[in-house]
Amino acid sequence: MKRRNFIQKSALATTGTMMIPAFLKAFELQRTVNPEAAHPIVVIIQLSGGNDGLNTIIPYQNDLYYQLRPKLAIPKEQVISIDKKKDLGWHPALQPLQSLYDKGWLAMLNNVGYPNPDRSHFRSMDIWHTASDADEYWYTGWLGRFLDAHCEQDCQAHTAIEIDDTLSLALKGSELKGLAMQDPRKFYQMTRSGFLKKVSEQKVKGDNNTAYLYKTLAETVSSADYVYEKSQVKQTAASYPQTSLGRRLKTISQMIQSGLSTEVYYASLSGFDTHVGQVIKHQRLLKQYAEALKAFVEDLHKSNAFDQVLVLTFSEFGRRVKQNASNGTDHGAANNLFVVGKNLKKAGFYNEGPNLSDLDDGDIKYQIDFRDIYATLLKKHLKADDKKILGKSFNYLNFI
Amino acid sequence: MIAQQRKIQHLFWRAGFGLTPQELNQWQGKKLSTLIDELFKESQKALPLSVVNLPKIASVNRKKMTAEERKAFRKERQEQSKNLNRAWLDRMVSGKGRLREKMTLFWHGHFACKTPLPYLSQMQNNTLREHALGKFGDLLLAVSKDPAMLQFLNNQQNRKQQPNENFARELLELFTLGRGNYTEKDIQEAARAFTGWGFNREGQFVFRERVHDFGSKTFMGKTGNFNGEDIIKIVLENPQTAQYITTKLYKFLVNEEPDTQRVKELADFFYQADYDITKLLQKIFNANWFYDEQNVGVLIKSPVVLLVSTRRNFGITFQNKDIQLFIQRVLGQMVFNPPNVAGWAGGKYWIDSSTLLFRLQFTNYIFLQSDVRVNDKDEGDVNVENFRKTGGRKLKATVAWEPYLKRFSKEKNRKKLLAELEQYLLQSNAAVSTEEFLKKWQNEETGNFVKQVTLALTALPDYQLA
Repeated sequence: MKRRNFIQKSALATTGTMMIPAFLKAFELQRTVNPEAAHPIVVIIQLSGGNDGLNTIIPYQNDLYYQLRPKLAIPKEQVISIDKKKDLGWHPALQPLQSLYDKGWLAMLNNVGYPNPDRSHFRSMDIWHTASDADEYWYTGWLGRFLDAHCEQDCQAHTAIEIDDTLSLALKGSELKGLAMQDPRKFYQMTRSGFLKKVSEQKVKGDNNTAYLYKTLAETVSSADYVYEKSQVKQTAASYPQTSLGRRLKTISQMIQSGLSTEVYYASLSGFDTHVGQVIKHQRLLKQYAEALKAFVEDLHKSNAFDQVLVLTFSEFGRRVKQNASNGTDHGAANNLFVVGKNLKKAGFYNEGPNLSDLDDGDIKYQIDFRDIYATLLKKHLKADDKKILGKSFNYLNFI
Repeated sequence: MIAQQRKIQHLFWRAGFGLTPQELNQWQGKKLSTLIDELFKESQKALPLSVVNLPKIASVNRKKMTAEERKAFRKERQEQSKNLNRAWLDRMVSGKGRLREKMTLFWHGHFACKTPLPYLSQMQNNTLREHALGKFGDLLLAVSKDPAMLQFLNNQQNRKQQPNENFARELLELFTLGRGNYTEKDIQEAARAFTGWGFNREGQFVFRERVHDFGSKTFMGKTGNFNGEDIIKIVLENPQTAQYITTKLYKFLVNEEPDTQRVKELADFFYQADYDITKLLQKIFNANWFYDEQNVGVLIKSPVVLLVSTRRNFGITFQNKDIQLFIQRVLGQMVFNPPNVAGWAGGKYWIDSSTLLFRLQFTNYIFLQSDVRVNDKDEGDVNVENFRKTGGRKLKATVAWEPYLKRFSKEKNRKKLLAELEQYLLQSNAAVSTEEFLKKWQNEETGNFVKQVTLALTALPDYQLA
């Protein structure tokens, strides 16, 4: 009761909330009084630059792997042998994830990609963000179109939040775009200037560009208010690694625990474009990833917020199987992908590892279209209309 | 009724990058038809960009380089890319050949292309500039033979034994007809016709006869031993190409919501005029409807237009020469770096919470040197430099206020002065009431008043429109 009063008061005390239509305000309050009515949440972690999947999940019994990567292959004795039946193991830097794996909270999908893979970072990332075919160019992202569909009931930018200063294409819809912010306080402060605030209160009618600009500003200011106020509700006590991904996941955890109505969170870790001197760089990045993810999941679990969350980690492509002349790897094609959640139907390896003797121009062939995974997430977890959002129907997979 | 000054400004917004205060003095009171003639006259000659030299770039053999040399090579290339980017922005700011530059920007988005070799980028940009106001057919053929495009769309790998359809597909889908106006078979046949089109180390077009498919092809209902030129000719014979290009140009120059009947008339005219771009533009700029209220001040400024025109309005010079790259990246449009072959989406797609907040504070960052607490995205490509910084950064710049203040300090009546500033800075009446500005700064001396009001007006969402 006390907590409810506090939220009601602080929400009404600010001018920002006045701009949220009344029916939405009611909806929000309902959520705080009924914490059990938890909503599904997807957290996307993007590994930018093209993660070397073959040195992440390692076919350590395969001689071809060692032949093609004389300087880069992870020595057998260092590999964490995860699944002896499938002969697949982990890069030693993923050790922190072992406990998640043991609890059955981790699923790994091998050979994920799309037909006619593009080996340019931008184009391939574009394809992953928009979920288009390789020969199509779309201007909206798959999560942006999720927002558009969401708009039918509840049209608020903070339904999807990216923890960064600029917004990725993935979160841009045609009706509605997600919010990008490094942290709620900084974002809130950016919208605090008296002038901006005043301008944002101006109502402009119509469907022209002027109205669109004013509307976007009003939404930004009110969402900044909402997220800032709400995320103050719960400060997490858990300790996170002092890395960029660690900080981002901590921010997300705080938002989830505070009961924000946000359904999609997005964070990136960059630096995976390891053309040169891969060994040390890749080790450092995987370690950062594994430590941050472990802290995040444990934190959510302890605070009873893990049930509703599904974490998906992807990269725009894998890397060439054969190493290059600079002790690195060049851009490749299909890759593996991690899913973390508490209620997985199929944990561990979802399918067999790549066939290194049957490559497509030196690259791993795809077996699972990444849009099958999107469709599964949208349909089974977010309960959204995947066909509408993705433009056609894809196969549902059984990891959830 | 749109005031005459606003009409003049409209013309210069759409045919260029807005008017400087000096230009406003110079052109104010002239007849539109005179100004239109002037615009074409000052753009008659194509002035190429030449900041990147060939020898160091295209003729090197990367395979034979040592690691050190490769690193130096990459660094040099990066430096040249930055120089090229800056040189083009500076050209736009200068106002020289503004209509030609504006149209070069349009074609730059239409024939969107990215190459790791700055020399090739520069060359393609000059090709676009040369033909920007000529015949679309000449432009299309020149772009199709241009090394940057041949490389970007893999036509170097398009051989008789193993055709690569990438160029043929985009030619039909994005450059001429638009989706739904051809078949997959047309693409395959067109690809065969372009086999052997490539370029050499000097960056010159070559036709490699050995790998060209001289067999008979059937393309869009016609059969013959077609080569690339023939395909382009057939595509131009199809009025759909005129329709497609005219629609896109209308959205860029007039209104994002095309008037179907009007576009159809313009497209027919364009087709009849043998795709003469100058004639089409003259028709548009001379039309009464071009200056209708519904077309004035309704386009969202692209990041490049915002950056260039703001520099022009206030005589801004950035002290850190790379800062404009940062601005372009944060706002989502970096010239020579389109997102993909389809170009920038434009319009409402420029705007999200982050870009809007940055845009609204843009002049604040420059005039008041307030901290920018925003980083651009690290996309993870080792070849692309990021401008990430912890803490704040400043858009260090000098502002040459004199011409601006000179233009706007004659009016002694503050109310009229405010109206003058509003008229100059906003292309439609502000959606918020600006009367408050009068009260707030009424006791300031004129110079300060002008500056304060200017800062406030440029922080309104309305300033984002032109």
